[in-house]
Amino acid sequence: MASAIDPAAAVPRLGRARWHWAEALPWLALAAVPFVFPGYLALGCQVIVMILFALSLDLILGYAGIITLGHAALFGTGAYAAGMLSAHLGWNEPITGLLVAGAAAAAVGFVSGWFLLRYHGLALLMLTLATAILLQELANTLAPYTGGYDGLLGIAIDPIFGRFANDLFRQNYYVYGLIVLLAAFLIARRVVASPFGQSLVGIRENVKRMHAIGAPVHGRLVAIYTIAAAMAGVAGGLFAQIHAFVTLQVMGFQLSGAVLIVVILGGAGRLYGAFIGAAIYVILEDQLAKLSPEFWEFGVGLVLVATVLFARRGLLGIAEDLTARLRRRTP
Amino acid sequence: MLSAAVSILFDGLAYAMILFIIAVGLSITMGLMNFVNLAHGVFAMAGGYATVTMIRAWEVPFLAALPIAFVLVGAASVVFERLLYAPLYRRSELDQVLMTIGFVFMAIAAFTYFWGPNPLGIEVPRYLKGQVDLGFREFPTYRLFMIAVGFGMILALWLVFERTLLGARIRAAVDNRRMAQSLGIDVGRLFTLTFAVGSGLAAVGGGLAVELIGLRPTFAIQYLVHFLIVVAVGGLGSIRGAFLAALLLGIIDTAGKYVWPAGGGFFIYAITVVALLIKPEGLYGKRD
Repeated sequence: MASAIDPAAAVPRLGRARWHWAEALPWLALAAVPFVFPGYLALGCQVIVMILFALSLDLILGYAGIITLGHAALFGTGAYAAGMLSAHLGWNEPITGLLVAGAAAAAVGFVSGWFLLRYHGLALLMLTLATAILLQELANTLAPYTGGYDGLLGIAIDPIFGRFANDLFRQNYYVYGLIVLLAAFLIARRVVASPFGQSLVGIRENVKRMHAIGAPVHGRLVAIYTIAAAMAGVAGGLFAQIHAFVTLQVMGFQLSGAVLIVVILGGAGRLYGAFIGAAIYVILEDQLAKLSPEFWEFGVGLVLVATVLFARRGLLGIAEDLTARLRRRTP
Repeated sequence: MLSAAVSILFDGLAYAMILFIIAVGLSITMGLMNFVNLAHGVFAMAGGYATVTMIRAWEVPFLAALPIAFVLVGAASVVFERLLYAPLYRRSELDQVLMTIGFVFMAIAAFTYFWGPNPLGIEVPRYLKGQVDLGFREFPTYRLFMIAVGFGMILALWLVFERTLLGARIRAAVDNRRMAQSLGIDVGRLFTLTFAVGSGLAAVGGGLAVELIGLRPTFAIQYLVHFLIVVAVGGLGSIRGAFLAALLLGIIDTAGKYVWPAGGGFFIYAITVVALLIKPEGLYGKRD
């Protein structure tokens, strides 16, 4: 069955843990931003948060083939965990704050994944969607703790290591985010290149056969879902620390949809697709929404429809096809 | 207390009718093709805007505007079905989800561009305003009218489904598409037809809903989850299931918001999750 996920993409490229020279490019680009565009680091922070969030979705969607319409629930859990830790408990140390955010989201991911990942198809879609809205309504109901509809105020994060504060231009937080992203990426890369990661691709491609050879399908899905949840939670925590403000939108359907678009646009099942998709999405949103929000929304929809109809493997898929064709022509 | 219970039942029933009219087409098309369609709310919204525009700009009577919206949106939906949906029938759920989400975004942007982001309303005819005395107490006329329309539609759909050849063909194709095809039923054409009728019904539901729940460009996403819950909890392709689910959802949602205004939206999602955990194929769905 044809799919937006390219079955061949995951296996050969990251099957071996050896690094390809091209993998340095996105990191060099991200590292160059503070020197080339020092005025755009606030936007850069948004890109980094989105990359991290999309990376977590790519783990479960691109590798394990789990389709979720509620991924923002995990991002939001992390954001509220990090935010409430500072606003209510006065725990303002950023790095442990991120760890708590990741742990909280991992706990939610583990419990919800344990129940939900026995299902597939429409039931799974609906369950992830309903669970996310359930958590959003819960956050709304617990307004004394979460701030509810008005948002969570009073987040005051300490400088990182007591030295690097969150300045107006987000210089320090850009570097902080980039380091967090690198750490998360190394973990993700290790996971997908491991035999465990390969078995996830097996589950995605043919779950019956994986059952037949005795693979513990449910356990593996819950495991990757929990890992991805932790990563989404860290992304959410980073978001809360950067903006010092959390609203109910961090759990909304719009965000779940946006991160899905980012992964598909860049190319699912590749890890680096998240980088390209997030950069294009966030920058275009920033630029086009200035012109007109409708223009932006229409453009996103159009891109998504066109991607599904004409470029199922995303931008990285197109790039791979082009390089493959060039190579064939020049022997 | 009793009076409150009657109010909840009555308002819940009115909302359930809207949900049923809008979602029933979605249920049947999803049952026919297993197509995950997240864009069905767009057709309901289009029906709402068509009704509002006809009444405001051309002074079409309300009762005439609804059937015109049915025809207009039903006809327009065929174009989208052929252009966007047909290429994806054999594709994965993920592709269908993504395409229809993209379609929803485009529709919201387009409607915002042409009609503005603010909620629109209509002036309902005088004979639908006010209250009607049913002997033991008074009820709002418009909601009574909606409940009557809803039951009329259920009767009509039931007759078509159970008593005509077309209905038998649709039921056969929902039950077993391959077997139906090998008996010579053109399932593709059947799908286009039910898609058009289902979209038209959604348009009527959208037109009816304007007075009750308002109309703005985010309608397609705001209520999408409720439509999908009706379909998923009721079971794909089952009119009976869709009706029962719409009834449950309408009444529970109304009751929840009445009893606990701050957190009442919570119940319906909790119940949905539990219902789907127990019966993932829905109340009357087929097991695969």
